[in-house]
Amino acid sequence: MQIRNDKGIVKWLLIGLCTVFLLVTLVLPLVYVIYTALREGFQAYLASVTDTYAVKAILLTVKVVIITVVINSVFGIFAAWLITRFQFHGKKIISTLIDLPLTISPIIAGLIFVLTFGRQSAIYPLLEKWGIQIIFAVPGVVLATIFVTFPFISREIIPVLTVEGTDEEEAAALMGANGFQIFTQITFPHIKWAFLYGVVLCSARAMGEFGAVSVLSGHLRGITNTMPLYIELLYQAFDFTGAFAMSSILVIMALIILVLRNILEYRGRKEMDA
Amino acid sequence: MGENEQAYVKLQNINKTFGNFKASDDVSFTVEKGKLIGLLGPSGSGKTTLLRILAGLETADSGDIYIDGKEVNHVPASKRGIGFVFQNYALFRYKTVFDNIAFGLKIQKWNKTDIKNRVEELIELVGLKGLEKRYPKQLSGGQRQRVAFARALATQPNLLLLDEPFAAIDAKVRKELRGWLRELINQMGITSIFVTHDQDEAIEVADEIIVMNQGKIEQIGTPVDVYSNPQSPFVVQFLGEPVSIRDYTQFKGFHESGGSSRAVIRPEFVTVTRKKEFNPYPVTTEEGVVERVAFRGNVLELTVRVQNELFIAHRQIGQELISEGEHVNVFLQRMYLVDDAGQTVKIAVNEALREEESVVI
Repeated sequence: MQIRNDKGIVKWLLIGLCTVFLLVTLVLPLVYVIYTALREGFQAYLASVTDTYAVKAILLTVKVVIITVVINSVFGIFAAWLITRFQFHGKKIISTLIDLPLTISPIIAGLIFVLTFGRQSAIYPLLEKWGIQIIFAVPGVVLATIFVTFPFISREIIPVLTVEGTDEEEAAALMGANGFQIFTQITFPHIKWAFLYGVVLCSARAMGEFGAVSVLSGHLRGITNTMPLYIELLYQAFDFTGAFAMSSILVIMALIILVLRNILEYRGRKEMDA
Repeated sequence: MGENEQAYVKLQNINKTFGNFKASDDVSFTVEKGKLIGLLGPSGSGKTTLLRILAGLETADSGDIYIDGKEVNHVPASKRGIGFVFQNYALFRYKTVFDNIAFGLKIQKWNKTDIKNRVEELIELVGLKGLEKRYPKQLSGGQRQRVAFARALATQPNLLLLDEPFAAIDAKVRKELRGWLRELINQMGITSIFVTHDQDEAIEVADEIIVMNQGKIEQIGTPVDVYSNPQSPFVVQFLGEPVSIRDYTQFKGFHESGGSSRAVIRPEFVTVTRKKEFNPYPVTTEEGVVERVAFRGNVLELTVRVQNELFIAHRQIGQELISEGEHVNVFLQRMYLVDDAGQTVKIAVNEALREEESVVI
């Protein structure tokens, strides 16, 4: 009864608060990004986003996202499989380590990689001998992005695998299925939606990663500059149209991912209910 | 238990521990080909573990497993050729009924027509015609059980293991399915072992019952044997509806049966008659007072106090009604004399009956 009486006022109060909050923190800035990007006309906008360095930054970002997602997918599935299907000492430690990137500041992650693979590191001579360049090169950017995003996919899959249990897998094994057949035919259909959801989150985060990448990239224009880094570069040079034009592209990519996310969530839920 | 050469399944000194918990404690038994065996025990008695060890889903710490004369200790589950029905059926939820049943056949690379024929045959057999395209979620508990059963049989295994096959089904359907399953297994002549905690189920379905407790086998025998001739205090206490009595020699007909720590008596051993009804054994009949009469559907359950001990007795619905507080004649036919220290059980028959049925157990 009490709840019902309050419902009207509380509900509208909460709706109002949320709306104001979202307007101020999300919608307004987004509108402003688009507005600033187009302030000097569409021609200027087009010129900014088709600039050689801009295109290179976009392509590099896409490349980094793809590599990151592929590697983290494999790693995420393996990690989730390991943690949910095997009993071993130190499981808690591995599980905690997977979450580490969520709690560590990306800048620190970047610095750790610089210390590990940079000139002052003990393994640097080895890397140099083999001609592998990590710091201030694309591999460094990819490495930083992978580090920052690696919990996303495994964290989505682990709860699903835990809930599903092992019965169906055991049943399949008893009918003679090998590990690969069990994974592709029994396990994967269970985790499909969670996995794709993880991929979406991972891509979104990979696209926008700034901190760790910033430390490792060396800001080499056209070589290691991803979109966020390039945006910062333009911004520091007072090229607001350019900065906001690039931002608008990043925003559009984020929106596409958001829509994908909602579609996945909807389809996943529909299949669960079926 | 048959001769060794007849043994289709043989477990020898199986031990399995989970942390501090001893799930199997030196378990050995054999199963004859074509028999339907019930592994009966309370939860935590290690019966499911034993089934999983047999299937290869768990590895025993020590001991040997033989199937069809071959040692299979290191043969993986996928190569043992065993049909397994899980407690919650473990149907593949993203596959249709047809694909669930066809799974094992596809793995074995049967050709398409053969798969289709075999699956249709099985669907017919378990009476699910028309439901081929359904998903497990769209089936009732009983239907799921039938799918699980058909799936386990698809590849024609020589051994079928069932883990609590009826536990997840409501009471009414359960009874139906029990009879159905028994008939089907008999028809196919497939050696089967099922796990259950339900004594009625084990007694009704199994050819032979293995009673387990705390990882150990308490008794092996036919349902009649295990039920009427329990060999250990645990089995006495687990089967039927036991009532424990401490000072049992005070009762007429059992004055000379001393030497055990207590006695256990089941309702079917207690005959309650009204004072005016005919009583064939007046000398060894006790007098009691009815404290409670409870309606149990097909019988009335009476709680009767005799010499300060409470007994449970059944009386048929058709018989004259007995009311609470009534003084009645109570004749105790027999008791199980339990020696808890020595872990032995003896049967004591009322003196009045001893001459008549001294041969019959």
